[in-house]
Amino acid sequence: MKVDLPTPTFGGGYDGQAGPRMGFFTDTSICIGCKACEVACKEWNLVPQDGPLRLTGDSYDNTGALGASTWRHVAFVEQQRGDEGLRWLMSSDVCKHCSSAACLEVCPTGALFRTEFGTVVVQPDICNGCGYCVPACPFGVIDRREEDGRAFKCTLCYDRLRDGLEPACAKACPTDSIQFGELDELRGRAERRVATLRGAGVGEARLYLEDEADGIGGAGAFFLLLDEPEVYGFPPDPVSTTRDLPRLWRAAALAAGTLLAAVATAFVGQRR
Amino acid sequence: MANSDCILIQGSNMAECHPVAFQWVVEAKQRGAKVIHVDPRFTRTSALADLHVPLRAGTDIVFLGAIVNHVLENERWFRDYVVRYTNAAVIISEDFADTEDLDGLFSGFDPEQGTYDDTSWQYAGAGDGGHAEGEHESETGQHFGALGAPTGVAEPPEQDETLQHPRCVFQLLRRHFRRYTPELVERVCGVPASQFLQVAELLCENSGRERTTSFAYAVGWTQHSVGAQYIRTAAILQLLLGNIGRPGGGIMALRGHASIQGSTDIPTLYNLLPGYIPMAHAEGYPDLATYIEQHTKKGGFWGHMDTYLISLLKAWWGEKATADNDWCYDYLPRISGDHSTYRTAMDMLDGKVRGFFLLGENPAVGSANARLHRLAMAKLDWLVVRDLVEIESASFWRDGPEIETGELRTEDIATEVFLLPAASHVEKEGSFTNTQRLLQWREKALDPKGDCRSELWFMYHLGGIIRERLAASDDPKDRPVLDLTWDYPTSGPHADPDAEAVLREINGWGPDGRALSAFTELKADGSTVCGCWIYCGCYAGEVNQVARRKPRDQQSWVAPEWGWAWPANRRILYNRASADPDGRPWSERKRYVWWDEQAGEWTGEDVPDFPRTKPPHYQPPEGATAEDANRGDEPFIMQVDGRGALFVPSGLQDGPFPAHYEPRETPFTNPLYGQQQNPTRQEYGRPGNRYHPRPGDPEADTYPYVFTTYRLTEHHTAGGMSRFQPYLAELQPEMFCEVSPALAAERGLVHGGWATIVTARAAIEARVLVTDRIRPLTVEGRTVHQVGLPYHWGSRGLATGDAANDLLSIVLDPNVHIQEAKAATCDIRPGRRPRGAALPKLVAQYRMRAGLEADADEG
Repeated sequence: MKVDLPTPTFGGGYDGQAGPRMGFFTDTSICIGCKACEVACKEWNLVPQDGPLRLTGDSYDNTGALGASTWRHVAFVEQQRGDEGLRWLMSSDVCKHCSSAACLEVCPTGALFRTEFGTVVVQPDICNGCGYCVPACPFGVIDRREEDGRAFKCTLCYDRLRDGLEPACAKACPTDSIQFGELDELRGRAERRVATLRGAGVGEARLYLEDEADGIGGAGAFFLLLDEPEVYGFPPDPVSTTRDLPRLWRAAALAAGTLLAAVATAFVGQRR
Repeated sequence: MANSDCILIQGSNMAECHPVAFQWVVEAKQRGAKVIHVDPRFTRTSALADLHVPLRAGTDIVFLGAIVNHVLENERWFRDYVVRYTNAAVIISEDFADTEDLDGLFSGFDPEQGTYDDTSWQYAGAGDGGHAEGEHESETGQHFGALGAPTGVAEPPEQDETLQHPRCVFQLLRRHFRRYTPELVERVCGVPASQFLQVAELLCENSGRERTTSFAYAVGWTQHSVGAQYIRTAAILQLLLGNIGRPGGGIMALRGHASIQGSTDIPTLYNLLPGYIPMAHAEGYPDLATYIEQHTKKGGFWGHMDTYLISLLKAWWGEKATADNDWCYDYLPRISGDHSTYRTAMDMLDGKVRGFFLLGENPAVGSANARLHRLAMAKLDWLVVRDLVEIESASFWRDGPEIETGELRTEDIATEVFLLPAASHVEKEGSFTNTQRLLQWREKALDPKGDCRSELWFMYHLGGIIRERLAASDDPKDRPVLDLTWDYPTSGPHADPDAEAVLREINGWGPDGRALSAFTELKADGSTVCGCWIYCGCYAGEVNQVARRKPRDQQSWVAPEWGWAWPANRRILYNRASADPDGRPWSERKRYVWWDEQAGEWTGEDVPDFPRTKPPHYQPPEGATAEDANRGDEPFIMQVDGRGALFVPSGLQDGPFPAHYEPRETPFTNPLYGQQQNPTRQEYGRPGNRYHPRPGDPEADTYPYVFTTYRLTEHHTAGGMSRFQPYLAELQPEMFCEVSPALAAERGLVHGGWATIVTARAAIEARVLVTDRIRPLTVEGRTVHQVGLPYHWGSRGLATGDAANDLLSIVLDPNVHIQEAKAATCDIRPGRRPRGAALPKLVAQYRMRAGLEADADEG
């Protein structure tokens, strides 16, 4: 089902001047959990330390979740699977740069915008810290930095892209688990990889967020997973929080109208 | 490695500790290779492997030896390769006795000294193996470089190419490992026989003419009291399977830091000169002629020792080195025994060492029994620490753990500490030499801040100051320093020496002053200069070959124009073995280097590691020397006989074959031999370094669990480069231990809570991670629990914690003096450790319970 998006998606605002849409394909089947992506991201983007230094006890994940000061997060999932033995899944999460980006749509200042690469970026000099974008994100990616007030998230290294460089995380990834490129090309590559893995007996290999018909209109950052999305902490069927707004508004307007009509009727009824 | 059909990673956590190199394992896997990880713990490497095999720490020789046995008994060895390219057919002296005969000892053992005399290990008819009169080194094992002991096999050795002779290496090998069976693996390693056989079969299926298997190991193999023999077992196996010198084969010795390979090539080791030339011993080498005679091999490229050494002496002493003064041979320092790092620390403790330089090393956290190193440094007069931050080794005198316990008082420590800030790797130019012997040039990205300087700057100007101070001296002992060529060009506001000029000196030049292009151009007449013979060619044509960065898609798959690999830019060593004895590739699929009959030379994908025009059927004429003394089908050109050594007649301190010995500290007795431990291990039984009771002793269960130490991706070794960095500290913020759910239940350990780990040396605390990734194993019918301890933390930095290395004893491998850090025993109990004086008291109580000798301070 094609979602009827309330705002124009990629390309709409560039009068044909935009290049091809760029994105990430994260192949978690070859992630070694080294966290080089987390460090490279922080180094390049000058993202500060995120919170106090405390062991979480959650496998080797001491990062916890994406947030204002964590733009890449590697999840570690230890699974005891009976006869098949132990499995340790690792996956590097990032902002999805949704086709239908609710954060952008709710931003009242225009701080969030869609770039010529099809990515979604916050402009810190425009953000006023209202925080509307925070609950709007269906993945819990964007967040406000407490001590600063403004909202931050992955920019897909907008500055590097403008200089013809790949994002810092993809550059640092030693196994090419994080691949950067033209989204169309990445989708083809991902499909071939899934076919190869399935052919090699990894039947559970699947893609996540590559489908333009999903609730966010497909993502600019999609994943190859080896288990259900929930296992990695991903929502199984994310929906843009603004997708149903027109219908909700219509319903609300109808309800208001009905109420008004009823009230009016009541007053009209009294006037005798 | 990307061309391997199967990769066995054992003694290494490659994905975590070598994530960049691991890309090649991932690439091989994507091409269909099988990846096997054999390791006590399920790590990030295991997560990517097709098969993880947990085994008890310290039992790898049993596991590998059983594969050797499997390969031999099931006729899975590569016959044509083994018969021609290894010493399988050679007949060994009739005086040789194996561990099977002597219950765990080889012939020649001296129980008083704890050393071997290797005379009985020699090839039959080789006499005493060419040992020099008055030779002291073979007893103490201090001087052997890559060339091993000074054997000289004068004639072709006695052989039986049918491999039937009862004293031929092949039959000795077969007999030696016969009791290493799958059942023994199950009993000793805790690995089910079926799983063991699965590994053995994967290796066999992926070896031979058409396929190759590679091995990767790191300090999980070396850091044992019998560590060198772990690697020997792998070497035997890879030779039997025909996996050396071929694409996708080999044994990858993963190095732990950016240029550790470089620091053994141009060594920071006390017993080596550049290019693995042995340091001369104080006795037995009075002059250059004697040295050259003793160290020149009768076959192979060690036959040119004179050209390598004299060119080195010319590089160091230039015009001052002449034929009349033995090219300044007497200026070289001499060794008189073991001067390795642990011996030096013990001498420090005993007040025999006055000053100490620490350059990029943090022994107060990183060395085995780190507490003893802190106590040792407190006995120094002066200590120079060059590091990026104030590491624990620079601050132990005011905030070390012993200050808190009251064992040391700042006002009593006389050590004068000089902390000098170092430039980081992006703030200086120079080269790294990596695991694959690949030299890669690094540009300076920015100038170091403030007083930070490179090591090159420090050493060069320190040398300059010392020379100035000594300038007026007429003491002959100062001549070696004063006569050095010490004149690198400098530039910039701080007079930084030119690193390329140093590289050019390492490469060397000829009589015309032009850079040499190969070590074969070196001469023994003083006309050539070369700082390290194996690096000769890295500056060929006056071009910094090391700085080449041609992308892989613009050259052949071997990528010869990316950096420069020693020797002679060869990417795979001994690659003559990639062709059959007649010089043809073993298979089309694995073709690499071959003989071109028409051109009359070796050719192929790589630089042939063989005399270029020596035909496959070459037979050495009477009286031939060096490489000319080896046949055209003997690929191992650094060996005197050109053969891969299944049996090592000399050069190893602990035997010509590997044998399983239990770690110094273990819950189990050796099931194979009466000899429990490596009989030649080095021990330092002294206060502060007590060893645990032996298994079977009534008090042995004081320390009932096995522990192993290791690294995590997020930190760098002793933490100087990572614990002080917020971006790294936050990724692994606290010291922790890893235990199985079963051990947690047995000892009442709570996930996320605290545990105290105790040995006879120390007690440390750590947060508890209870995980299925640590699995209890069944060994000898008993359950053995293993405790995992990363060793990165210390008292300073952003992420602090106790140092796991405080727990270890100092017990060393006799060949390379490396500590046994990968297998020892401990107790573990819930809760935090005591503070202050109560801490050493707890450790002492344990020692008393274990019936160990009291330390002096225990009264």
